[in-house]
Amino acid sequence: MFIINCPYCGEREQSEFKAGGEAHIVRPKQPTELSDDQWAEYLFMRKNIKGIQFERWIHTHGCRKWFNVVRDTSNDVIKAVYKMGEKPPTK
Amino acid sequence: MRNKYSLFSLVKNAFSYHENWEKAWKDPEPKKEYDAVIVGGGGHGLATAYYLAKKHNMKNIAVVEKGWIGGGNTGRNTTIIRSNYLWDASAGLYDHALKIWENLSQELNYNVMFSQRGVMNLAHNLQDVRDLKRRTHANRLNGIDAVYLNTEQVKKFCPIINTSPDIRYPVLGGTLQRRAGTARHDAVAWGYARGADEMGVDIIQNCEVKGIKRNGDSVEGIETTKGFIKTKKIGVVAAGHSSVIANMAGLRLPLESKPLQALVSEPVKPIIDTVVMSNAVHAYVSQSDKGELVIGAGTDDYVSYSQKGSHDVVEGTLNAILELYPIFSRMRMLRQWGGIVDICPDASPIISKTSIKGLYFNCGWGTGGFKATPGSGDLFAHTIANDEPHKLNAAFNLNRFVSGDLVDEHGAAAVAH
Repeated sequence: MFIINCPYCGEREQSEFKAGGEAHIVRPKQPTELSDDQWAEYLFMRKNIKGIQFERWIHTHGCRKWFNVVRDTSNDVIKAVYKMGEKPPTK
Repeated sequence: MRNKYSLFSLVKNAFSYHENWEKAWKDPEPKKEYDAVIVGGGGHGLATAYYLAKKHNMKNIAVVEKGWIGGGNTGRNTTIIRSNYLWDASAGLYDHALKIWENLSQELNYNVMFSQRGVMNLAHNLQDVRDLKRRTHANRLNGIDAVYLNTEQVKKFCPIINTSPDIRYPVLGGTLQRRAGTARHDAVAWGYARGADEMGVDIIQNCEVKGIKRNGDSVEGIETTKGFIKTKKIGVVAAGHSSVIANMAGLRLPLESKPLQALVSEPVKPIIDTVVMSNAVHAYVSQSDKGELVIGAGTDDYVSYSQKGSHDVVEGTLNAILELYPIFSRMRMLRQWGGIVDICPDASPIISKTSIKGLYFNCGWGTGGFKATPGSGDLFAHTIANDEPHKLNAAFNLNRFVSGDLVDEHGAAAVAH
């Protein structure tokens, strides 16, 4: 359990949120032209990183807005939070 | 030939205060080269090595384990064994394992304490009733024992369950697989380790894999904390860390690693002589031979390798346990822990070749791998030895995520994720 700093509501317990998995997976621009292999990559294959992961969260029991989080998955320490559409931090 | 464990050996060693038992397995340094290396010394990995040596005559092999054998998810699960899965492919896979369990102690000359005390799955709403009835029929068509019980029959089979219609999620019925049950999880790892070691398998502990060396499209060996080990075949059975190993070889897998929690209570006298699982309210409980209640909680919904889960997940499970078993209301919990489980999108495992020659993965068991340990090892050994899957694990290939031929077992997996 950890605290997430919602960019709209401030610090709340993680149990108020729902994780949305890996962030920045871009939906294919022309789905009809994708091969089965490319579909599998888009739909199922994940980095599943042990370390710094960029991921999506939604504040389900709060503002119900989606946003992005940078978290170290080896110890659950959150490094940064940023809104949808903003550029991910590079430091 | 190693000394056989028997009543005679027990008496003989009693005379020397049990101080002279021979080591169950050696502690060797790695050789320069092996015919195959298994990455991961849990139950599945050790079983794989055991069957590679026993059935496929591959004796020059090693198991490398970053910690100690059986110290990962093998020692963290709730030890439930059953085979009541919905689809034909899963029924074949899990019942193959269950059949091996039935003779495993004799085969290994090691008491894995397999106890066929039955597993009951409860229904709490009309959809549960329909799903469980459907699964009962599917199981019976596949030759797996299953019966559907109404509320009175559930109460008769496990009298401490609160079957009052007034609780928040009343018990409307359940299924029972009598051949199902539990086993001693450490013993499974130790028994397979002892058996594999006896046939010449090197079990190398405290040896972490740091890299996979490739030559084009085939593997050449592994970099470890104990140096480079040359091999043409690598079988990865790393559970929650499968993606970490896959990334070393430049592969991505359809997995997400999440914490799954369990907890045990203080030991008490025998109170529940079966395993009861409840998917809808997420509570499952059995009693260990030491008398502790063994309670399984759910997974957290975020990726984490931290081996600790959220408190609210445990709280939710205990709320459900108390509603279903009011008699446990004053029990104290002794220990709580988390393990990292590798979850596949279809809640079915992967026992498969990969696009890299000589690299094999056995992963994606998610929240329910323990029950399959012997079958998983047997089929993975077959896949590695022949470079082809056995017909029982053919459906569990990596390519199913490309073809779309998924084996959706979210209903039978019984742990919400």
